[in-house]
Amino acid sequence: MTQILLIAIVVMIFIVIFQISKASEYVSVLKGEEKARKQNNKINAFLLISFLILGIVGCWWCNELYYGKTLFPQGAASEMGEKIDLMLYITIGVTGVVFFITQILLFWFAFKYQERDDRKAYYFPHNTKLELLWTTVPAIFLTVLVVFGLKYWFKMTGEAPKNSVVIEVTGHQFGWEFRYPGPDKILGKKNYKLTKGANSLGVDFNDPASLDDMHVPATVHIPVGRPVKFVINAQDVIHDVGLPHFRMKMDAVPGIPTTLWFTPLYTTEDMKIRTGNPNFVYELSCDQMCGKGHFSMRGVIIVESEEQYRAYLATLEPQYWTVFPDKKPKPVNAAPSTDTTGTSKNKSPLAAIMPQVK
Amino acid sequence: MSNIATIQEADVHGAHETHHEHHHHETFISKYVFSQDHKMIARQFLITGMIWAIIGGLFSVLFRLQLGYPNSTFPWLEDLLGQWAKGGKLQPEFYYALVTMHGTILVFFVLTAGLSGTFANFLIPLQIGARDMASPMLNMLSYWFFFLASIIMFSSLFVQTGPASGGWTIYPPLSALGDASSGSKIGMDLWLVSMAMFIVSSLLGGLNYISTILNMRTKGMSMTRLPLTIWALFFTAVLGVLSFPVLLSGAILLLFDRNLGTSFFLSDIVVNGKILPNEGGSAILFQHLFWFLGHPEVYIILLPAMGMSSEILSVNSRKPIFGYMAMVGSLFAIAILAFLVWAHHMFVTGLNPLLGAFFVLLTLLIAVPSAIKVFNWLTTLWRANIRFTPAMLFAIGFVSFFISGGLTGIFLGNSALDIHLHDTYFVVAHFHIVMGVASFMGMFAGVYHWFPKMYGRFLNNTLAYIHFWITIVGAYLIFWPMHYEGLAGMPRRYYDFSMWESFKMFTGLNEFISFVSMIVFAAQLLFVFNFFYSIFKGRKVTTQNPWGANTLEWTTPIRPGHGNWPGEIPEVHRGAYDYGKDGREFIPQTEPVGEHESHH
Repeated sequence: MTQILLIAIVVMIFIVIFQISKASEYVSVLKGEEKARKQNNKINAFLLISFLILGIVGCWWCNELYYGKTLFPQGAASEMGEKIDLMLYITIGVTGVVFFITQILLFWFAFKYQERDDRKAYYFPHNTKLELLWTTVPAIFLTVLVVFGLKYWFKMTGEAPKNSVVIEVTGHQFGWEFRYPGPDKILGKKNYKLTKGANSLGVDFNDPASLDDMHVPATVHIPVGRPVKFVINAQDVIHDVGLPHFRMKMDAVPGIPTTLWFTPLYTTEDMKIRTGNPNFVYELSCDQMCGKGHFSMRGVIIVESEEQYRAYLATLEPQYWTVFPDKKPKPVNAAPSTDTTGTSKNKSPLAAIMPQVK
Repeated sequence: MSNIATIQEADVHGAHETHHEHHHHETFISKYVFSQDHKMIARQFLITGMIWAIIGGLFSVLFRLQLGYPNSTFPWLEDLLGQWAKGGKLQPEFYYALVTMHGTILVFFVLTAGLSGTFANFLIPLQIGARDMASPMLNMLSYWFFFLASIIMFSSLFVQTGPASGGWTIYPPLSALGDASSGSKIGMDLWLVSMAMFIVSSLLGGLNYISTILNMRTKGMSMTRLPLTIWALFFTAVLGVLSFPVLLSGAILLLFDRNLGTSFFLSDIVVNGKILPNEGGSAILFQHLFWFLGHPEVYIILLPAMGMSSEILSVNSRKPIFGYMAMVGSLFAIAILAFLVWAHHMFVTGLNPLLGAFFVLLTLLIAVPSAIKVFNWLTTLWRANIRFTPAMLFAIGFVSFFISGGLTGIFLGNSALDIHLHDTYFVVAHFHIVMGVASFMGMFAGVYHWFPKMYGRFLNNTLAYIHFWITIVGAYLIFWPMHYEGLAGMPRRYYDFSMWESFKMFTGLNEFISFVSMIVFAAQLLFVFNFFYSIFKGRKVTTQNPWGANTLEWTTPIRPGHGNWPGEIPEVHRGAYDYGKDGREFIPQTEPVGEHESHH
């Protein structure tokens, strides 16, 4: 019933608008077309200048409402991210000035130079000096922005520092999996043809380096203050590791591993305080359209202190044991979660996070 | 030259048309369906484009319903879409199908075919002084290939597994694997075949436009006297002819990967528990092929709008366009650079950083010719005597949106910033403003300006003004706040944000945007209604040159027949922008240069 009413109202509005428009055409014939045209001209000129003023107020208002919801008031959560934010502010500053000047000129000229009987348009077909001016000034500003941008670009995309924590991230429809390299700090080889059952990443366990690797789904723990390098894979289609708080992003492409690195500055607990949001959590969003569950492809990153991180790693078992339960050491020494001194034939997972010496 | 023969032949034809205008029923098919008259073909493109625009626009309203009201159900949606909206809630698969089709339809079928197809066909012969296109036959085929592409694309909406749903960019492996998405089943094949037909159409059209502009200008119409519309349409056609074939090759390779077991884009894939044998392909290769078209495509959409807005701004300012040669030069620069920036869509694919750096440089270089154009438009308005026809308002709107959307391009073109903003709502806001809304503004400006030439009647002014004001205000209300969502990292192409701690605070804003989008869509229906109503009932045009413009199309009869000029084609003696010169309001291109006329 309400739907029919709604449709009826919409149709009514259409009819009213149409009738008014039709009537205005007759009125303009009665009044004289030239006179009606001039009146329309004045109305539209007034509307254009009003639009400018309301638009500027609107920009300010929108900023009041939503600036606080962007990630910028809370600051970037990575070292590089802080520089990116600075660069963003500079770009907003430069483009903002250009935006307001050009938009104000556009609508103000439109209003000021609306048709008047006593005015003739000024014949002004070109002026080389002016044209050179607005070729070179933008070029100079852009050069500055490019230099700024490329400096950071090379830093961000360059080699990760040697002391980075390396973690493998794998995307698939529709979730994330992570693999820690274990005490040997080397991620074991993979072969996608081995993907089966518990070996969901296709790890090649003939490679000794893979025996101590640890596999966790959906949630990854990383230490604060140390560079973290993600080695990124995808199993089926292209995904994307989006880390908005760290201002980082990298595609996950089947068959072509990619990497990204960043240095987290604040633990998850710190961020709860900084944002005033007790539910705060670092989220990993899939940012490349990957199918019907794209919007639900959520990962969680827990940034914690070095000690908490070590304690967490100590609770993990090598994936080798999960895939081949019979290889798991017998109960005597099979409690790596409680016994972190490492009595299994694999080195203790603890070694993975021993202070790394360069 | 064989021109004479063409003229005579066309003359006869033209006379035939004017004499027998009232009893053409025996030639209905040749006049309205398989017409070779460029003006009729233009109208065919325009009306087909409008139908697509309504469908594409409606799709956006439907998926905005889901985004704006994620917790509501709409029983009528199930009546409308059947299994796509089970229980009155749009299903994710079909949400993505609608998003994909919205993009495909608007980018290709509306803003490429509907825009270039309409105005290149309509304006090129009329403004350069030609009887018709270089090859009217190919021109007709161009429309019918477009029609065929339309039919195939439309039919893909009705297959059981749904139309393509991997985004308009159809990145493989998602688009290559039926196992990865139901939209990548038969719907994707139809998409690719439709696009192949579309590309054929665009090539036939483009070659025709280029050869017509280069060879068939009337006496005195040197290249430097061409109206800016023609220059813009010329560069548009060049871009299309050089870049669309690359997409065609990509589409064909993708068809092979899908159906013949090749591995151009596939490697190391496990999908749905199935281990695929494909090895050695590169998913990124497709993106290079796609964006080699995809980026020029942005300018294929934008340049015609730039050209028409330049023309309309000058005519209604009663002033010459400021810096004609700089305007042509900047179009040329944009056209060249359009080919050299494609990888800026791929900054986060793991591209070699050094290569990325070159693309940053070249991308930001585009801002220079763009800035020249903006300042020249502004200077055109300075000390003008402006008539706010609906076309003029839309042209001003075009400049406004071009500025707004162009400036955010400086953020996205700078790779270090792009990393954060890539694939967020910031990008959605950017490209909708700069190539969506701005191009639509230019297109509407063109329709309002040349409608009298197309149909011999005026559109209703009041409806036009209402249409303009709702559109410009609404479009800013929709897209401006999206920048903020993007700055917060909110990803595009999400069906629902409610599970995301980082993004769910924008629920209220999303609802507002969806609400405004419905109003703006309704305003477009006003335009559609105005358009069709005015074809039959609009106020009649009584003067040959209602806008007081200089260009040649206004020297034809009010409703030109096939062949355009009943007599000889007029000779051209000057550029198209002698407005306000020597105290005269306008001097048509056909008027010889006076002895005492000042030189500039």
